[in-house]
Amino acid sequence: MKISDLLQETYSSLTVNKMRSGLTILGIVIGIGSVIAMVSIGQGAQNSIESSIQSIGSNLVLVMPGAQRGAGVQVSAGRGSAQTLTQEDADAIIKEVTLAKAVAPEISRRYQVTARGTNTNVSVVGTVAAYPEVRNIEVDEGSFISDQNVQSLSRVAVLGPTTRDDLFGEGAEAIGQTVRINKVDFKIIGITKVKGGTGFGSQDDMVFVPLSTAQRFLAGDTYVTTISVGAQDQNSMADIQQQISDLLLERRHITDPQLADFSVLNQADIAATASSVTNTLTILLGAIAGISLIVGGIGIMNMMLTTVTERTREIGLRKAIGAKKKDISAQFLTESVMLTFLGGIIGIIFGWLAAWGVTQFAGITTQVSLLSITLAVGVSATIGIVFGYYPARRAASLNPIEALRYE
Amino acid sequence: MIECEKINKIYKNGDVETLGVKEVSFKINNGEFVAIMGPSGSGKSTLMHILGALDSPTSGTYKLDGQDVSKLSDDELADVRKNKIGFIFQSFNLLSRATVLRNVMLPLVYAGIPQLEREEKAEQALIATDLSKDRWHHLSNQLSGGQMQRVAIARALVNNPALILADEPTGNLDTKTGEIVLSTFQELNREYHHTVVLITHELYVAEHADRIIHIQDGLILKDEKNPKKRVINNHLV
Repeated sequence: MKISDLLQETYSSLTVNKMRSGLTILGIVIGIGSVIAMVSIGQGAQNSIESSIQSIGSNLVLVMPGAQRGAGVQVSAGRGSAQTLTQEDADAIIKEVTLAKAVAPEISRRYQVTARGTNTNVSVVGTVAAYPEVRNIEVDEGSFISDQNVQSLSRVAVLGPTTRDDLFGEGAEAIGQTVRINKVDFKIIGITKVKGGTGFGSQDDMVFVPLSTAQRFLAGDTYVTTISVGAQDQNSMADIQQQISDLLLERRHITDPQLADFSVLNQADIAATASSVTNTLTILLGAIAGISLIVGGIGIMNMMLTTVTERTREIGLRKAIGAKKKDISAQFLTESVMLTFLGGIIGIIFGWLAAWGVTQFAGITTQVSLLSITLAVGVSATIGIVFGYYPARRAASLNPIEALRYE
Repeated sequence: MIECEKINKIYKNGDVETLGVKEVSFKINNGEFVAIMGPSGSGKSTLMHILGALDSPTSGTYKLDGQDVSKLSDDELADVRKNKIGFIFQSFNLLSRATVLRNVMLPLVYAGIPQLEREEKAEQALIATDLSKDRWHHLSNQLSGGQMQRVAIARALVNNPALILADEPTGNLDTKTGEIVLSTFQELNREYHHTVVLITHELYVAEHADRIIHIQDGLILKDEKNPKKRVINNHLV
């Protein structure tokens, strides 16, 4: 039997019962569509988290207070409230860790910030002039906090663009204006550039003030919450991590690294942890959608079994006029593969539309990758073969005499 | 030419053995029109399945067109059916939602005949069965019983088989339509020299053939020339 004949037979038998074929295809459409959409949401999340981790700075080593823990715990727990890092630790790192390109201690906490009757709750970061270099921040207008500002306890502030928009309106001129943080007035001297990124980690929704000012007027002590250290390049990061650990352990007279009251993380660890979390998310979403794909496959099998029973006499006739087993099984297998293939194609379109809709209306980044499409097509064809195999074999092995007598 | 020698067929169902046919031997020459007649349970269906290469005998030899087909595999039997046998059934067995032409062309699909040639052959077969041309593109379930059976005959003819095997072809038709179908067989035999084997339980139907083989309880009772052949002129009916 030629391929063209096979396709023609398939076409005519699928169009005989359009309703049934359509509903069976729908099962596969929903399965494939949801796999595509779900995986695209997972991969979108992964991409946006990775890019926002990249955006906090390159070749970055972070020193945080609190016990030495796994990177994953750190990411989910955020900054610990333990106060064990001090200004002196930061100064020691600057002096002793020679591989470090720049060191920026910071103290950050969320405050209610007001200006001219508007207010917003943002993260206020007290830091030093080296911060922009370490954390990849660029100044759009005005200037960043200078060493002079830090030394002289200046009450000046640099606003993130989102914070500026919230307080003064979008794109408004804010330099020279005053904001009030914790009952202290700060004069705005600069606005940072938009970096993108959403949620709590946004680098755009922040207020930067001199470290000394923050310690004196806002925190009231000399602890720091994070010390960011910029490495020369990727290769020196491990060494820097080791040097900082050794230095701080020595300063604290702790011999067992397990007992350290601080942790040193590098950016690669954070990124790896985050992507392992989003990978799990992607797999979870994909697996849930995969269940509906299996249900769709069972629908195919159900329909094919019904078809084989209904067409028993036809199968008997085809055998009587010379169809071989392989002709019959090829015919039914082609039917089921055609159903899943059509379902797969339509499912990809629907999945794509769903992903697009999620991005448009829910604002969640999605990414439909070539991999997930290839996978979906492969999976749907496989489902057609797997779930069509048994009915096709059953049809092929019918005895022509009994099949012709079947009522 | 059909040669059957000492054909036995025994059906086994668990420990129970049922006799199909016993020690059946006969010959049918090319161009003959033979009726195999017997009551139900006589073994005529068993014989039809063996003659039609749908089943193999338990013992004995069956030669069709010089080829021994008594010990072939399923796929080899399928090839024999494809190339040498045309079936006509009591219940027509047409593809109901396909056109007349497509039904007639179906055996050619399995025989691997190219598309263009298929249509030509199908048209010739339909002309031989006297089905009027305006019906050719109708769906087969829009036809009357007699027309359906003639489409089935055309389908049996289309690949020019060595043997046309009709199993109770008039069983689902009224007497008058049955006559037309039987006269079609006579015409095919007379005009086109096709070998026709007709299986029936009715003497009246069998009397349209040249020779009648009577079968009962799996044995051949009588194998004789039909003394009073009924001849109907198709065009007068």
